[in-house]
Amino acid sequence: MTQAGEGVRAAFGPRPGERLKAALQTRSALASVIALFFVLLIAAGLVQDASAGRILSLFVWGVMLGGVIGLGGIGLTLVYGVLKFPNFSHGALATLGAYIAFSTVAYLPKSEPIGPFSFGWELVAGLVIAMPLVGLVAIGVDRVMYRRLRVQRSSLVLFAMASLAMAFFLRSVIYLIWGSDFRFYYQGRANPALDLPLGLRVQADQIFILLLAVVLVTLVYLLLEKTKMGKAMRATANNPELAQVRGINTEKVIAYTWMLSGALAAAGGVMYGLASQLRPEMGFWLLLPMFAAVIMGSIGNPRGALAGAVIIGVAQQVSSAAISPAYGPGVAFVLLVLTLLIRPQGLFGERS
Amino acid sequence: MDAATLSKGIFIAVPLTLLGLKLIPLKAALRLPAAIAAGVVLGIAIVAAMPSGGMSYLVSFTTMASIYAILALGLNTQWGFNGHLNFGIAGFFAIGAFTTALFTTAEPTGVMANYTKQAFGLEAPFLVGVLAGGVVSGIIAFLIAIPVLRLRMDFLAISTIGIAEIIRLIFQNERWLANGPQPLRGIPRPLDCLVQDQGCAPGWLAWLFGPLEARDYTFIYVVIVTLALALIYVALETALRSPWGRTLRAVRDEEASAAMNGKNLTSLRIQSFVVGSVVMGLGGALYAHYTVTIDYSHFKPLFSTFIIWVMLMLGGSGNNKGAMLGAFIIWGVWSGTAFLTGLLEPTLAAIHPSLPDRSSYLRWMLVAILLAGIVLFRPQGLVPEDKVVSRFLGKIANPRRKQHSQV
Repeated sequence: MTQAGEGVRAAFGPRPGERLKAALQTRSALASVIALFFVLLIAAGLVQDASAGRILSLFVWGVMLGGVIGLGGIGLTLVYGVLKFPNFSHGALATLGAYIAFSTVAYLPKSEPIGPFSFGWELVAGLVIAMPLVGLVAIGVDRVMYRRLRVQRSSLVLFAMASLAMAFFLRSVIYLIWGSDFRFYYQGRANPALDLPLGLRVQADQIFILLLAVVLVTLVYLLLEKTKMGKAMRATANNPELAQVRGINTEKVIAYTWMLSGALAAAGGVMYGLASQLRPEMGFWLLLPMFAAVIMGSIGNPRGALAGAVIIGVAQQVSSAAISPAYGPGVAFVLLVLTLLIRPQGLFGERS
Repeated sequence: MDAATLSKGIFIAVPLTLLGLKLIPLKAALRLPAAIAAGVVLGIAIVAAMPSGGMSYLVSFTTMASIYAILALGLNTQWGFNGHLNFGIAGFFAIGAFTTALFTTAEPTGVMANYTKQAFGLEAPFLVGVLAGGVVSGIIAFLIAIPVLRLRMDFLAISTIGIAEIIRLIFQNERWLANGPQPLRGIPRPLDCLVQDQGCAPGWLAWLFGPLEARDYTFIYVVIVTLALALIYVALETALRSPWGRTLRAVRDEEASAAMNGKNLTSLRIQSFVVGSVVMGLGGALYAHYTVTIDYSHFKPLFSTFIIWVMLMLGGSGNNKGAMLGAFIIWGVWSGTAFLTGLLEPTLAAIHPSLPDRSSYLRWMLVAILLAGIVLFRPQGLVPEDKVVSRFLGKIANPRRKQHSQV
């Protein structure tokens, strides 16, 4: 039957139903559905009497939030690409980074705020300390858990479950060390918004977050495209066996991937803590937007993850003009489901 | 022996009899009388021997562990039979609990309406509420299953985390639906009137219910929950051993051959996901009637998703007996370590003064390490899955198979 079907297809091309399905699953179809979703969000906001200026501000804040989600999402997509499993403990790594920076800030003497920002040099120091530390934690978790599973050639389901276990393990460590209260890097320090043209109100810290995200993403891009290790990572993500046969030390590549992933997650966590406050569950809240960004931007594609993160960040913020801001994760989820329905390989993926 | 001991012993006898039916290795005709006799004797002996505080602890432990066992059975239907990675159990648990709460409570009137808001209150009987919990949970699962179940397993895991989170956010933020962030109180306890002073127990049962006081209600509820658990177990066990259950396992293990044999993979996947979610909804409903007061914070990932995964993985995924065993063991570990952290408190205080307040998180850590250990060292669990599940095959084909192996 299939042979006959193939013959018919060769003669007349795909049947109309299949042609329609193929047209619906293109990149442009997904892009236009996302664009339509945005139009609907903005229209809903305008119906609820939000001014155009407010929606514009929300848009800009969304790009900043996208920077935070993107920092986490890049690490997640690298691990997903190289090790092929969804790392559910990624949010906990971000939280850990934020709290390590918090302890550094608490330990160091307070300096004057830098320029227009609300933080001093000690937060920068905290960021510099947290990034490699969390990277090392990620490598350590890999040594204890995931490497053993790799050696046993366990199914991917067990990897996912192990990462869920590690998420709860790391969160319990955070609870034990820092407790369950809200924390701020600087208790009670004012963080006024700058008045920019077009009625935009943006905090200086938010601009810093976005700039940091852009700088780190550029560095990751250079690392992946220009260095030998980046090439080895891409090769391992593409085909681990072949990479090994060609003399790439895949274990070393995996260790570097974890280092990079952990460090970027830490940066995302520190920035998220700066934008709002520190809570042990903050990483878990970031997890859904991060996964949505990773899948929308195609798994294993760092630039895609950043693009997806900006889309999701903006959608979350703009939606708060129309619905309760508590439903931010819900907006990310709707975008995730739309992507999975239309084009599971994402905006930048090849045809499966 | 006083009347209260006798009466409580008889209630305790019901779960023990159910356990005996499963454990006593006798022929069916002899097993029931033997189990009842053993249950009654043991029940009365336990009640007589235990101090009353210990007894009520044991009863509430059994109730909670049985509710978790029902949730673990639901997860087993999804993951054990059919390989769905559902990380959003909390969502279906919450739907079951809130549905029955809305069905069985009365809509608040007068002054109360200022404090409690809910979408509707039907004052329906307990059984209607519980079944509605299962049905609504199944409907929601069906709606979710259509877009998501056609996809890869890892996408399902990510989506279900999102679903549970959104369901919890809705119950947290929508005041009109189920009193928003405030708890929803006064969920009726079934057969509560039996233990009241002016009780509704018929006269000829006065000897059984008369000696019970209002605070002994848990003895009645443990009977209800364990009966529900037994019913669900028998139903799922029958389903697993039926052609339907065997097809589900085929879809899980050998997707291509199942499809080649004309099985509709998508439809079967949706069926098992929905059945599992119905069971989870029933578990949630039973939970709501037990705790009487529920709010969104009961349905956070640790207590209502993660711990159930640990239970099923420890007991043995794919095995209904294992799921129940795991639920009782893990709930025992969880409740048992409460006093352990109490013992550790001086040591913790010596390390840092604020640590004793946080000692409950040591138990989180313990459970997380436990799951990591299971995944690493015994992924099949304590009671591994039966390879041959058909009773028919067990009687007829297995001896022949043995002969073949001897040849």
